Amino acid sequence: MTFSPELEAKFAKMIQNYPPGRQKGALIPMLLFAQDEVGSMTPELIDEVSKRLKVNRVEIEEVIGYYTMLTREPRGKHHVQICTNVSCMLTGGEELYQHACKKLGIGNKQKTADGQFSLEEVECLGACSWAPAMMVDYDFHFNVTPEKLDGLIESLKKTQ
Amino acid sequence: MADPITLTIDGRQVKVPAGTLVIEAAKTVGIEVPSFCYYEGFSLQAACRMCLVEVEKMPKLQPGCTLPAAEGMVVYTESPKVVEARKGMLEFLLSNHPLDCPVCDKGGECELQDMTFRYGAGESRFVEIKHHVDEKQWSPAVYYDAARCILCYRCIRVCDEGLGVGALGLTYRGVAAEITPSHGDHLECDECGWCIDVCPVGALTSGTYRYKSRPWEMSYAGTICTHCSDGCKTTLSVRNGEVIRANNRDRSGVNGEFLCVKGRFGFDFVHSEERLQSPLLRKDGKLEPVSWSEALAAVAARFGEVKARNGKFGILGSTHTTNEENYFLQKFARQGLGTANIDHHRSGDVPALLDALSGKTGKLASSADLYNAKAALVIGSDLAQQHPFLAFQLRANFRHHQAAVYTVTSGTVREEQYAAKSLHCEAGQELASAQSLAEDLKKHGDLVILFGDAVRGQAVSQLVAFGESLGIPVKYVCLVDYANSRGAMDMGLLPDLGPGYHAAPAVGLSRDEMLAAADLDVLWVVGSNPFKTTAPAGTKTFTVVQDLFLTETAQRADVVLPAASAYEKNGTVTNVCGEVQRLKQGPKVMGTKSDLEIFGLLAKELGLNLGIWTADKVFEEIRRTVPGYNVPLPVIATGGAAQTAAVNGGVPSKGKPEYIRSAGDTLFTSGTLGRYSKMLNRVMEAPGQLYKP
Ligand code: SF4
Ligand code: SF4
Ligand code: SF4
Ligand code: FES
Ligand code: FES
Repeated sequence: MTFSPELEAKFAKMIQNYPPGRQKGALIPMLLFAQDEVGSMTPELIDEVSKRLKVNRVEIEEVIGYYTMLTREPRGKHHVQICTNVSCMLTGGEELYQHACKKLGIGNKQKTADGQFSLEEVECLGACSWAPAMMVDYDFHFNVTPEKLDGLIESLKKTQ
Repeated sequence: MADPITLTIDGRQVKVPAGTLVIEAAKTVGIEVPSFCYYEGFSLQAACRMCLVEVEKMPKLQPGCTLPAAEGMVVYTESPKVVEARKGMLEFLLSNHPLDCPVCDKGGECELQDMTFRYGAGESRFVEIKHHVDEKQWSPAVYYDAARCILCYRCIRVCDEGLGVGALGLTYRGVAAEITPSHGDHLECDECGWCIDVCPVGALTSGTYRYKSRPWEMSYAGTICTHCSDGCKTTLSVRNGEVIRANNRDRSGVNGEFLCVKGRFGFDFVHSEERLQSPLLRKDGKLEPVSWSEALAAVAARFGEVKARNGKFGILGSTHTTNEENYFLQKFARQGLGTANIDHHRSGDVPALLDALSGKTGKLASSADLYNAKAALVIGSDLAQQHPFLAFQLRANFRHHQAAVYTVTSGTVREEQYAAKSLHCEAGQELASAQSLAEDLKKHGDLVILFGDAVRGQAVSQLVAFGESLGIPVKYVCLVDYANSRGAMDMGLLPDLGPGYHAAPAVGLSRDEMLAAADLDVLWVVGSNPFKTTAPAGTKTFTVVQDLFLTETAQRADVVLPAASAYEKNGTVTNVCGEVQRLKQGPKVMGTKSDLEIFGLLAKELGLNLGIWTADKVFEEIRRTVPGYNVPLPVIATGGAAQTAAVNGGVPSKGKPEYIRSAGDTLFTSGTLGRYSKMLNRVMEAPGQLYKP
């Protein structure tokens, strides 16, 4: 399996960051970046990473199962994550999540028919001071209200 | 070992070596600390908290399975706090357990059942709906029921550490946590089924056994695996005359709990629909079923006639029949029929090794030596594929004692994962390459050298000379193929050597020569399939075949006699390390007879007096007459292994080493038997390939 030249360059540099024999440490960033390019954790991707880092295949399966940000199902073009953990729940996170479900017409870990959006209910994003918080792809959004969410989604739709 | 330390457990003084875990220290005085995740011989996990004990001066309860005993430590294993904690742990484990014991395979031998029964928690305060997950089939051999899993990591550790396969892992979190197979939804592994055996509950179940029986409805026969030559003890679970499971949970035998896919699942050839259950006699060119008496009479008549006119016999013995049968067969040939033409499929040059070692003692490695030696050198064998148990021993030696393992092979082998040094060479150059390791090998306290068929004849004495020049104690294993390949040689199924490697009265034809002889009057093939690879030259030869199946050889025979397999017999076999062990009859297949009984009946029919033909009587004669086989009877009788002390003198004949070749079986093949095992053919890894990582 081959990746884009940019990603290959990134990997080459990343692997150098770890002392010899500890390249295994590059596993999680490597999976994350590869996921961004490939879309999901495909069996081919797992095999490839297993070969490159000399990590047993099943150890990669373990990591994928453990971390929610790694997915086996391809996501939408934009991945919307809404926190419903304590701080956010107290400040309207639940309502925000329900609103997003309605707005996008999908449920947890689902994808819109046009493939533009996927939605996920997540645990604490580490942004409690600005609750309720959410993430779209790698961007944080703070003190979100349903109106703000609508605006965000509309503007993302327009940039397509 | 450092000075012993003294501690107190439940008011009793216990003296143990420093470093001993509290759970083990307790065992030495008969105190059982309950545990799930702790598994002797594997890394510590401390995942289940079942083993909590109270220790004076420690504020919290401590896991006995990871706590090293310390001088003056005072431990309580039954204090109210401990009892309460155990109950709590069990209640927790049961909180999502399906409690489907009445249909669970493990019911009756389940550790969770036993613990709950013993330590309480019959009632639960949890009212939550249980998280259900459907059972999954991971391979023909292994099924997983996540809901029953208590996440003890035993399966993961035996697979990764014990076998070096690492096909199991743990994925997801909390209530959704479950074991995952190597390939997401299925397993690609050795299919050994050890994970199933060690599972304390019914989370892992076996393709051959699941939902078929309950442990108390079966009878058990501890016998020896009839596939490769490593001689693993396997306990057959028999229900209504049918073997439905094989394992070795009591850890008896040289192998402890270890079994490969063949030992655990490869028993199903016994009940193959293709088993021969009636003698066949060629009438008008066609093999027709006949009665035993008609078949035996036909064979005896022809044997008698050929013997009377001094005709030419050829006899091919088996690498799966018992020592008693092999001994009796060579006696039948030499004394009864007066022929020297007797041989079998030879796969390793044991006579050359014994000859090279003449005058020395204690030079043959036992299977325990492979676990204890400081170093090992494997020459020309893909050990993990061809000798799974020996490979396991070396790996365990490395894990527990940091043994240095060296390999010299023509392709990549699994031992390279942890080997101190591995050399690849052209096939045929193995010995020369191995010699380049001299400086490395000399550094170690002692060494075991294992060699395959690449080293035979003259090369064996060169190898021994090399070993003896290292200046350290060296022991040897000459690798051979099948369950009783070694016993076939020891018992004199050789054209030039009789039992115990004594010179035979006359030198006869080798296997290949018999097949090439156009003037053979009789070819008698016992449990072997030579025609699969070599068409016989004789066109008028009267061929008698004793076998389990209508093999390529049996199809061309004039008389076919249906034989019992090793699992249906009593007797003894000798493994690759020369360890003699006892077979115990499990099932019986209608219409068949053991080879020994067939020989006896034929002898009787021919009016030959070859002695009583019961396994016990013949074994007595072997013990009396075959050098090295005067092994202690109680050891054998109680299911133990006794190593034969090899002949201690030169072997008078060098035979024809050019005819020695291994059949090259892999983890998933086993000659003829493997072809009739559905399980070995169903696993997707089959048939396996040598020299692939
Ligand atoms: S069957 Fe053997 S090799 Fe396969 S997962 Fe289980 S323990 Fe590992
Ligand atoms: S499957 Fe069995 S052995 Fe493996 S973790 Fe679960 S309970 Fe333990
Ligand atoms: S290693 Fe050999 S003797 Fe042991 S179970 Fe496997 S085939 Fe049988
Ligand atoms: S609880 Fe939502 S960001 Fe912390
Ligand atoms: S046995 Fe000690 S924690 Fe499991």
